[in-house]
Amino acid sequence: MGEPVKSSDVAADNQAIVSQEIRDIEEGYQAARAAGQPAEIQPRVDYPPYRSSILRHPTKSLHHTDPETIELYSPAFGHQDVHALESNLTIQHGGEPLGERMVLRGKVLDGNGRPVAGQLVEIWQANSAGRYIHKRDQHPAPIDPNFTGVGRCITGPDGSYEFLTIKPGAYPWKNHLNAWRPAHIHFSLFGTEFTQRIVTQMYFPGDQLFPLDPIYQSIVDQDARDRLVARYNHDLTSPEWALGYEWDIVLTGSKRTWTENEAYGEQGESEH
Amino acid sequence: MPASEQLTPTPGQTVGPFFGYALPFEKGGELVPPGSPNSVKLHGTVYDGNGNPIPDALVEIWQADSNGNIPDETGSLVRDGYTFTGWGRTPVGNTGKYVFSTVNPGPTEPGKAPFFAVAVFARGLMNRLFTRAYLPEDTEALENDALLSSLEPARRKTLIAERLADGSLHWDIRLQGEDETVFLDFHAEG
Repeated sequence: MGEPVKSSDVAADNQAIVSQEIRDIEEGYQAARAAGQPAEIQPRVDYPPYRSSILRHPTKSLHHTDPETIELYSPAFGHQDVHALESNLTIQHGGEPLGERMVLRGKVLDGNGRPVAGQLVEIWQANSAGRYIHKRDQHPAPIDPNFTGVGRCITGPDGSYEFLTIKPGAYPWKNHLNAWRPAHIHFSLFGTEFTQRIVTQMYFPGDQLFPLDPIYQSIVDQDARDRLVARYNHDLTSPEWALGYEWDIVLTGSKRTWTENEAYGEQGESEH
Repeated sequence: MPASEQLTPTPGQTVGPFFGYALPFEKGGELVPPGSPNSVKLHGTVYDGNGNPIPDALVEIWQADSNGNIPDETGSLVRDGYTFTGWGRTPVGNTGKYVFSTVNPGPTEPGKAPFFAVAVFARGLMNRLFTRAYLPEDTEALENDALLSSLEPARRKTLIAERLADGSLHWDIRLQGEDETVFLDFHAEG
């Protein structure tokens, strides 16, 4: 306490300074683990190397409470809300987007391993050059007129989702001097309870930018970080067409007692 | 099921700065059409630790209907103007303000204090935060509420919306600082 608050939105520091902060936090975590502290499976909300987090994290611990009735259910989504073609990000305009075409497939499961069926999955991402279609993205990379980078789908009875898209590019951001984000796709997910709601990011295997990125590194545990990295799957890759990636998502455990029907989601909903 | 058989959850990540063209949707904040009978405006500002409004935050609510029933209707993303789905999502504006047009949630069981379940997202916020916005009127139900009664008075009041003279509900979200909103953990995820 008493130290001045570091400016949260000025790219004043270079990568070496930020990388040192990341390493110091990592060492502290390793020491805590060696002393018997439990693994941290979620990102730290207080993670100073990500400058924008400094004034935007709660300083008090989350207050543990039991979910009440409304929190034990989730909003419902259906085919009225999401058209089947919205899962194909390559056909939203007049022509083919540029870049590396990819199929992305996976399952949404709850903490008990049950499929999350009939729920909304939303994704958004940069184009292959690392540019978002967003008025505040000023990165001077080309905008692809055939790529918006937004997709949605409803999970199948087995919790599965699938998107056809373009591999996003890495891009610079202004956290610090020479800050670059690893390529990633943003995911928004709902479970069977409101308490399972998460937004996260999926990354690609082998990215050289991982050690440098404070957002990825805000998850201090390597096993937990690895859960955000998709797996390349050549069986999903199709000849002359698209590379295949696979990424499963696990939400927190459900606290509500399920009825048997719910485990199968909204089967038949599309026949309405 | 014992904890050892549980799968480990996927970590969350910040919603980032560029969700604005992906997550917000037309009438996302209108659970009922503004100005319709019994409609209520729920509004407030999202603040950072210096007390400045955050322009790139996103607020979601999920609630019972005015009779306390939990909605199970689809149609939140493509609103027909009639179906109450109980769910809303809206980004804050440049001044950090959010607005929902909705109805007062009813008690889900007799004597329960009605509230909006809320999820908050923002650039710079590493993981979504859960909280609640309670209606201020049923003071006896508020006294008996398990969460509220476990909090000291100064913290408790961050979860109770204020009813303004125009009938609207005013409720601010403070991510940090004095009067930091109470944020919730349902699964002991730390």
